[in-house]
Amino acid sequence: MTATTQQHDRFDDLIPAEATYESVTAEVADIVLERPVKRGWLVGMFIGFVLLNVLLVSIGWLFAIGVGVWGINVPIAWGFAIVNFVWWIGIGHAGTLISAILFLLHQEWRTSINRFAEAMTLFAVACAGLYPLLHLGRPKFFYWLVPYPATTGVWPQFRSPLMWDFLAVSTYGTVSLLFWYLGMVPDLATLRDRTVGKWKARAFGLMALGWRNSASHWQHYQRAYLLLAALATPLVVSVHTTVSWDFSTGIVPAWHSTVFPPYFVGGAIFCGFAMVLVIAIPLRHFYDLKGLITDYHIDCMAKVMLAAGLSVSYGYTMDAWGAWYKNEPFDSYIYTNRFSGPYAGVYWGLIVCNCLIPQLLWFPKVRRHPLALFGIALAINVGMWLERFVIISISLHRDYMPSTWEMYYPTVWDWSLYAGTFGIFVSLLFLFLRLLPAISMAEVRELVHQREEEQT
Amino acid sequence: MTHATHDTAGLLAEFANPEALILAASGLRDDGYVEMDAFTPFPVEELPEALGRTSSPIPWIVLAGGLLGGSSLFGLALWVSAVAYPLNVGGRPLNSWPSFVPPTFEGTVLFASFAAFLGVFYLSRLPRLHHPVFEIERFRRASTDSFFLLVESTDGKFDRAQTEQRLRDLGASEVWEVPDA
Repeated sequence: MTATTQQHDRFDDLIPAEATYESVTAEVADIVLERPVKRGWLVGMFIGFVLLNVLLVSIGWLFAIGVGVWGINVPIAWGFAIVNFVWWIGIGHAGTLISAILFLLHQEWRTSINRFAEAMTLFAVACAGLYPLLHLGRPKFFYWLVPYPATTGVWPQFRSPLMWDFLAVSTYGTVSLLFWYLGMVPDLATLRDRTVGKWKARAFGLMALGWRNSASHWQHYQRAYLLLAALATPLVVSVHTTVSWDFSTGIVPAWHSTVFPPYFVGGAIFCGFAMVLVIAIPLRHFYDLKGLITDYHIDCMAKVMLAAGLSVSYGYTMDAWGAWYKNEPFDSYIYTNRFSGPYAGVYWGLIVCNCLIPQLLWFPKVRRHPLALFGIALAINVGMWLERFVIISISLHRDYMPSTWEMYYPTVWDWSLYAGTFGIFVSLLFLFLRLLPAISMAEVRELVHQREEEQT
Repeated sequence: MTHATHDTAGLLAEFANPEALILAASGLRDDGYVEMDAFTPFPVEELPEALGRTSSPIPWIVLAGGLLGGSSLFGLALWVSAVAYPLNVGGRPLNSWPSFVPPTFEGTVLFASFAAFLGVFYLSRLPRLHHPVFEIERFRRASTDSFFLLVESTDGKFDRAQTEQRLRDLGASEVWEVPDA
C-alpha cells in the first residue's frame, strides 16, 4: 500500500483490479444461492440456537418468579437489564453511522460494509429493546407506554425522559428497518433474477416487491435513500442522547451531568465500530471476501474507532474533573469510590480496555493486522460494557445515605439473560449471512462503473 | 400487422454499456418517442434526463410526512399534558413545550421516513407481482450486467418494424418483442 498505488487508482483499495459487474455480483450472490452450507456456519448457528434457548428459559423463569431472580435491590434497582440495554443500543449506532453519515460524506469505503452493519444495528436494537420490557415489574403492561385512549383515562407522561427514550428507540428501530430494507430491494431483485430454483425465485421475488431496475425506480430510490440517510443522521445522535437523559436528568450524584449526551454518543460509536470489526474480520476470512472488505476498509474502521475512543477518554476525564471541581462531597465521593471502592477492579478494567489498549491503533501495522484488530475490538466491547456497569450500577450502590449503601451481585439469571441476548444476535446474524445479500451488490457495481468511467 | 400491436407491450433492446443506452434513449427522444423506460443494474445519473423525466417528487412527499409527523406528535403531547391528563408539577406550565421537543423530533423523523419508503413504491407503481418485461429470459441480466431500453407499444410513434430498425441503428445488440402478458 504505497502512496503511488493510491495515486494510481483510488478504487484499488476498494475493489479488486479485475472486478467486473458479474464478478462482484457473483461473489455476494453465490454465498446465498450457490455455495453449500459450511461447517463453520453450522457451528455458529448451533451456538446461537443454544444461547437462544438459554434466553427463552431465562425469560420464562423471570416471568414465572419476577425480577427478584436478578441481583437487583434498593438502591441498585438498575442492574444488568439497564446496563445491557445501553450497551446493545450503543452497538447499533455504528451501523447507522456507516450507512447514513458516511453516505452523506461520500465515503466510498462504506459500500462493502454498510449492509451487514445495518443488519447488526437491527439485531442489536432487537436485543436492547427486550431489556426495558423485561425490566418492568409487570411486563404485560408494557403497552401503557403507547399513547392510546385507555378506559382508565391515564396517559403517558410526555415530559419524562423514559417516554422520550421509548419514542427514540422505537423510531430508531423502525427507521433502521426501512433504511435497510429499501437499500436491499435492488439486491433482492438481483437474487430473484439469478436463482434457478422456482421457490427461491418466488420468495426473493415477493421480497423484491416487483423491482425491475427501471430508470424511474432508481430515480425515486436514490432520492429517498439520500433523504433517509439525512433523516437517520440526526436520529442516531438523538437516540443515545435520549438514553443518556434517562440518567442525567436524575439527581444521583454521578449521573447529573451535562457531559453525558456527547459522551454516550461517542461511546456508542466506539463499541459499535468494535462490533462491526468483530463481525467483519471473521466474515471476510471465512467467506473469502477480502476483495470486497479490504485491508483499507478495516483500516478506516480502526481509525474511526481510535477517534471515538479518544472522545470517550475525554469524557472520563471531564467527568472526573467535574466531580473534583464542583467540590461537592457526594460527587467527589462517587469518584473516590470508583477508583478505590469495592468495584475498583471494574473501573480500572474499563480504563485499560477503553483508554489504553486502543492507543495501539495509532500504528498502521496494528490497524492492518486482522487478528490484532479483532482482539482490540473485543477488548473495547468488554470495556464499554464495564463502562455502562460503572455508570449505572456502581453510581447507585453508594448514594447520599450510607445507611442505604448496598452491594450488587449479579445472579446466574442476570448472566443467563445477557448470554441469551447473544443468542438472538448470533442466530439472526447467521441467518442473515445465509439468506440475504450481506454486501450491497448494486452499490459495488456502481463503484465498478465509476472506475470504468474514470479510466476512459 | 396492425392487430399485432395489441398483443405486444413494446420492444426491448439490449445495449452493451450505459453510455450506449443513454445515446439511444436521447436519440429516440429526439425522434419524438415518449413512452420509454430503461433498465440498468445500478442507478445511471444521466438516464432520467435522457428519457425526458422530470425530477423526482420524493423530497416534497418526505417534507409533507415530516410536517405531519412533527405537528401530530407535538399536538398529541400538548393535548395529553394540558387537556386530557393535566398534572400540576410544582406549578409549572401545562404547555411545557421544551420537553415536547424530543417527541416532536422523533415523530418528524418517523413519519418522514415512512413517507420516503412508501413514496418510492407508490411512485414506482410497486409492489406488483408481474410485468411483461420479465417474459424475456435475457432480462434477468438487467440486475447484473446488462442495459435495456423498452419502447412501449402505447407510444404514438410506435411501429413494430420501424422502431426495431431504429433501435438497431442506435446500437442495440438485440431486440425482443415483449408480449403483452
